[in-house]
Formats: sequence, structure tokens, C-alpha cells
Amino acid sequence: MTTLPEKTEKKLGLLIDLDICVGCQACATSCKEWNTGGYSAPLSDIDPYGRDPNGAWLNRIHSYEVSTNDTSRTVHFPRSCLHCETPACVTVCPTGASYKRQQDGIVLVDPDMCIGCKLCSWACPYGAREYDYAEGVMKKCTLCVDRIYNEHLKQEDRIPACVRACPTGARHFGDYADPQSNVSTIARERGGYDLLPDIGYKPVNKYLPPRPRRDAVTNEDVKAAAARDVMPTDGSKIERLFQWADKMLTR
Amino acid sequence: MHPAYSVILFTTSSGAGLGLLFWLGLANALGLLPSSATFGYFSVGLGLTLLSAGLLSSTFHLGRPERAWRAFTQWQSSWLSREGVAASATYLPALIFAIGWDLYGQTGGIIAIAGLAMAVLAVITLFTTGMIYASLPTIRQWNQPLTAPNYIVLGLASGAVVLTALLAMFDHVPVWAVWVSIICLTAGWAMKTLYWMAILQQEPRYTVGAATGLGRFGDVRQLDPPHTMANFVMREMGYAVARKHANKLRRISVALAFVAPAVLSVVMLVADPDLDIVLALLATVSMAVGLAMERWLFFAEAEHVSMLFYGRQAA
Repeated sequence: MTTLPEKTEKKLGLLIDLDICVGCQACATSCKEWNTGGYSAPLSDIDPYGRDPNGAWLNRIHSYEVSTNDTSRTVHFPRSCLHCETPACVTVCPTGASYKRQQDGIVLVDPDMCIGCKLCSWACPYGAREYDYAEGVMKKCTLCVDRIYNEHLKQEDRIPACVRACPTGARHFGDYADPQSNVSTIARERGGYDLLPDIGYKPVNKYLPPRPRRDAVTNEDVKAAAARDVMPTDGSKIERLFQWADKMLTR
Repeated sequence: MHPAYSVILFTTSSGAGLGLLFWLGLANALGLLPSSATFGYFSVGLGLTLLSAGLLSSTFHLGRPERAWRAFTQWQSSWLSREGVAASATYLPALIFAIGWDLYGQTGGIIAIAGLAMAVLAVITLFTTGMIYASLPTIRQWNQPLTAPNYIVLGLASGAVVLTALLAMFDHVPVWAVWVSIICLTAGWAMKTLYWMAILQQEPRYTVGAATGLGRFGDVRQLDPPHTMANFVMREMGYAVARKHANKLRRISVALAFVAPAVLSVVMLVADPDLDIVLALLATVSMAVGLAMERWLFFAEAEHVSMLFYGRQAA
């Protein structure tokens, strides 16, 4: 049924830390590896070794430059389904293939019922659903529904593949319905935010903002230092020592 | 948004078919149609053919057309499902209307009521088609109050022009049919113009800074995309038409879809009735080409919010 459950018992989701993500793509490749053999199998690639390789991936890692007049920084930005509380991708589905689970809030596509009309992908502002050209059906993040309840796996592996693979710990998995859960607590403490809240789908996954940089060397510092022909410092004693050494040596 | 040719063909063809069925049902109830069974056979037949051709072509863009029947099940939440149900429901009174008229020579009483039911369902179907697009908050150019009314008016206008051509083939065109065409074409032109003015004047709703939530830290631009070649999302949602081309296409589509058929209709009012058939057919062809362009633009001008993640600055 494409009508949404009034309330879900759990709100399982991810918390993605943009401060420490290094953009290594480990989560994306791990996701692809697991899901091409799991619930979404196969996650087809078209022309993988040819001129125009493309395929269905459920997790994509973007990199953005965030700049002010003063400084700029790179922010790596993993993007996947946010398992929204009121997702229109589910309600627009004409067949009932898309649904939101009442027990944990996971949004899934039943690949045996999908007719491949692609309307759900039009309804998603996050670009999270990807059409599988070979299978003729829509694919999306399952929050590794075939891992997290899988009693054949060791306890530490019963988390989404992307979370398990992340080498920096930039991805957390938990229940947002429980205010004491890991994700709820960290999101509260670090200012976790929703993507495009104005659209009104109430995304479950949240993002942690990049922290302010303690040691930021700004464009102004660089310019000022260049004008004085000295290296820029953050003002610490050791850097001032280096600055002095630099000055002595360039004499 | 990528303009899928099957969807352009579907919405224009079924739109004209539904418009034609609407006018047939209404005109029959008012006693305005020729009672000839041959006319009934051809006119209702053409309406249903256009509708069926549209519905059939809409299955061409499905990944799994053999499962299309499932699309009738989720009418409680999905406008696409509602469209399928409404379009199919239109066949029932349409067939009763056609059988009563063609086989039994009856156009009054219960047959007239079936014709009216067909007319109402035709308009409902046009409305559901419009709502599929109008209900998506992800695409500003579609999420507009005029989107659904446009689908209705354009369907009724193309139906009126086709009806005029059909009437011309059987006899001289009655004045009322020409006036209905002129009024519908004027309304279509006015509403489509208002729609274009609205979407061109509005500011984009979202920026890449808002989409990523990083705008509060500075100007955001894409540094590295997630992959080297275009993926499904970029192919489907990333299609964009150059503003310069859009302006030109908009003018040509207005000229072909509204101005030319309206002028030809006015000529029909004053010219030799023997020319009716030529003028009406010209109007139909012109409108068909113009509406196909209008529908192509409807997709090509639509900007999807997800493209903000892929390098577009605002949508």
C-alpha cells in the first residue's frame, strides 16, 4: 500500500558527519557490493568497461567547495535515501511497489511489483532513487534491511554496509524515535540538520555540519604574509619560531 | 526533465481524444449533433482511438509494461493511479453511448445520460493527468496552480478542433462548433501565456546552499561529481533547454497550437462552406504540431530540485 503509516514504531536512519567524511567512497563501493547480491540484486551496470559506463548506485558521494571571501574548504557529501517520514515517492507510486514499513520506517521498493514508471524518482528531491535500466525497475537504499535483522551475521555486522565500511566513523546508524539513541544524542549535541526541510517530506536521516576550523589560515593571512614576505602562522609559539627561522634563512 | 516522446504522444493524443469525447457527450445531450449513425461511429470511434493510442503509448516508457495493470490499485494516494482508473472508467459510458447511437440509432434518454457521464469522466481524467505533474513539489515549473487547468483546457481545445474537422467531413460545420473552438483556443492561449509568465517571473525556490545545508558556511559549488559519466538521475532530471531556444519554441508553439487554428476558425465563419473541410484539417494538423511542441517544452523547461546536488546553482 502506498498510503503511509500514521506512525512508525521505530525511525531507523543514518547520521552522516560532514566534518569527518574524507570522501573515500568506501561506503559507496561497500553499498554497491552488498546490494548487488542482496535485496536489490542485481544492481545493474550498463556498459561498465565501455565508453559510457553507468549503473544503479544507492549511495553517491559528492564533493563541494564551500567558500567565503576569506577562505574555502572541501566538504565531502554522501547522499542516499533519507527514509523520510512523509515521502511522496511512496504516495505517488501507482502500483503499491513503494512502501514505508510500519515497524521501522524503512522505505522500500518491491522489485516484483514495480512497473518502472519512474514517477517516484520525480517526486524525490534528493535524487535518491535510481532506475535499473537492465531490470526495468526502480532501486533505492534499503537501509540494508537484509543485514540489520540478519541473525546469520555477527552482531557487529548487523548495521548497514555503508556504516560498517566507513573508515573514519563518519556514518552512524540508529533509531531516531528513541531520544536516547546514539543518533538522536549526537544529532542533538552537534546540530544535526535535515536536507530541504521546506519540501516537507520530513527526512529521517540527518547531517552533522562541518565544524569551524580551529587552525584556518585565511586568504587574508596568506596575502598579509606574502606582503611581508613571511610565512603565515596561527599565532602559536612553535609556528612563530618557524616563522623566525624562515625569516633568518631567507635573509 | 527529459522529454520522453511516449509521454508527449500520450498526453497530447489522449488529451485530444478526451476533449472530443467531452464535446460529443455534451453536444449530443443538447441535440446539436447530426444523428447519422456513421457520424457517431466515426466520432466516438476516433475519440476512443486517440485515448487508447495515448494510453498504449504511455506503457512504452515503462520498464515492465506487462505489469501495467497494477497501476489501477493505488488510487487512494497516487494521481497516476487515479488517471489510469479515470481513463478506464471513461470507456464504460463511452461504449454504451457508442453502441446506443451506432447500433440502435438512439441518442436520447439513457444514451444521452451515458454521453454526459462520458463527458464528466473525460474532464476528470484530464484533471488527474494535470495533477500528476502539479502535485510534485520537486519541480517548480509544474507545481503551479495553472498546471492542471491547462491540461483540461488544452484537451478541450484540441477536442473541439478535432470535432470541427469531423463535422466538416460529414457536412458543413455548424457555427456553434466553430465558436466553441475559437473560445477554447483563446482560453488555452491566455492560460498558457499566464502560466509561462508565472514560471518566468518567479524566483527559483532552492539553491545548492539550501539543498546541501552548507549555504550558511559560504558559497557552495560542486567540486567533484560522484561519478565520471551521467547516471539515471542526471539523464532523467538533468535535461535542460537553453533559454534562447525556449523563447523561440514558445512563440512557435503558440502560433501553431492557438493562433493558426483560431484564425482558420474565424475564416471558416466567413468563407465558402465548401472550404470548411480544408480549413478544419489544417487547423487540426497545426494544433497537433503546436501542442506536441508545447508538451515538449513543458518537460524541457522543468527544473528538478535534485539537480542542485549535481552542479546546478538554483532550481
